[in-house]
Amino acid sequence: MLKLDNINLFYGEIQALWNLSMEIKEGQIAALLGANAAGKSSTINAISGLEKISGGKITFLGKEIHKMDPHEIVEEGIIQVPEGRKLFNYMSIQENLELGAYSKRAKKDFKKNLRMVFDLFPILEERKNQFAGEMSGGQQQMCAIARGLMSSPKLLIIDELSLGLAPILVQKLLKALVDIKNSGITILLVEQNVKQSLAISDEACVLENGRLALSGKADELLNNPHLKKAYLGM
Amino acid sequence: MTLLQTLISGLLLGGIYSLISMGLNLILGVVRIINFAHGELLMIAMYISFLFYSTMGLDPYVSAILVIACLFLLGIITQRFLIQPILDTPASTKIFATLGLSIALQNLALMTLSADHFSVRTSYQSDVINIGELAISIPRLIAFIVAISVAVLLYLFLKKTMTGKAIRAVAMQRQAAYLMGVNVKKIYLLAFGIGSALVGLAGAMLMPIYSVYPTLGTTFVLIAFVVVVLGGMGSMFGAFFGGLIIGLVEALSGVLLDTGLKEAVYFAIFILVLLFRPSGIFSLGKGAEEVGLK
Repeated sequence: MLKLDNINLFYGEIQALWNLSMEIKEGQIAALLGANAAGKSSTINAISGLEKISGGKITFLGKEIHKMDPHEIVEEGIIQVPEGRKLFNYMSIQENLELGAYSKRAKKDFKKNLRMVFDLFPILEERKNQFAGEMSGGQQQMCAIARGLMSSPKLLIIDELSLGLAPILVQKLLKALVDIKNSGITILLVEQNVKQSLAISDEACVLENGRLALSGKADELLNNPHLKKAYLGM
Repeated sequence: MTLLQTLISGLLLGGIYSLISMGLNLILGVVRIINFAHGELLMIAMYISFLFYSTMGLDPYVSAILVIACLFLLGIITQRFLIQPILDTPASTKIFATLGLSIALQNLALMTLSADHFSVRTSYQSDVINIGELAISIPRLIAFIVAISVAVLLYLFLKKTMTGKAIRAVAMQRQAAYLMGVNVKKIYLLAFGIGSALVGLAGAMLMPIYSVYPTLGTTFVLIAFVVVVLGGMGSMFGAFFGGLIIGLVEALSGVLLDTGLKEAVYFAIFILVLLFRPSGIFSLGKGAEEVGLK
């Protein structure tokens, strides 16, 4: 579905991604793992068009997308739920969700998607007129995921889902991700929380210093000695 | 009665300041650019209004729609060809770019139109409505009503329409707006166009009241900066009420102190606000995040 082919990315003189290649298959949850500054956010920002790559190519459903602007990539069906939620804090939940459906492709399914996200996260319907910035961290993350789902995505990228959230909430959100996957949406989950993300993922890639260090089936990686030692302290 | 007359005059004057400042604040809140050439856009708007009056005999209120369209276009051209190429450069580059544009436009006007003052003559420009001993200038009342109407319409546009919501989204959280599929560059063009169109409207409303000359913009842009800082950068609500406050302050200081001290008074307010509440009196304390919300 999504293929990164030898991509390089620079911030000025500093190279953040080095000949990175990886593939995400349709209908799966794929985890993109790695420590801080491993290149996870650079990778997804390159996919979303926020950062331009200087070598290689990115294809989505057979179409090259690395030269497209972010809004064109959204029209292709890729949506990113950014790290730290980045909600429109002084807008209501309802308005945040409306902006999630800003793309042309999402408009026709607005009502259906709104019902779907309210069924997935009922608290959002109860508080739909409240400012997004006034909600708790967990509710804000629900709103951020729901906002992403409003765009009728084919690929949903979620950056640091568990950041700053209580473990019980993280469990709830991970369960919601499985439901989203079962509805036919492919998910790329970017996380530092290796164990929990591998538990719900089908496949995973591990980045180290902007390079692909490991990749494979999630359950196999969970037993990989290098991964265990580096990320699970085992 | 003198005090009441002063308060009314101040409010009416404040309406004009509000109209000019709302455009400046929209551009600041969305594009994150301090447009030092905003005053020159006002000057151009007034010259265009005068041009329609002197060549076609069009009343400034009638030609207002044409002036608005011209300034909208000028705003879009400025954003596309001057601001957009330097969007990712340091703030100082943007400041020098708009300051440079301001000086260039002023000097272009001096070169081509001389330093002469031009004004229109209308049948109503000296008309007043008398209520008891109070006298209310009709052109200033019209400008005030227009300012209120524009504030309400702008609020409704930003709050109720999808494009308005996208403008607010870009102002609040640019990266997330990109990620939701908003064409941010297009929104910048639109915001700069609307901000300039608002100053175009202000120019048309000012034409029956003031004469136009090449350096006219300098006076008004300084007041607009005071209004924006007072009201809160990016806040439309703040710009509207900030304009009214500065109008009142100017009128009151002229009567209670000395006419020559009015600028000293509102610049003292400017410094005090910057020192003690830099986000502005009406803001939520988050800079440009609340564009059009309050």
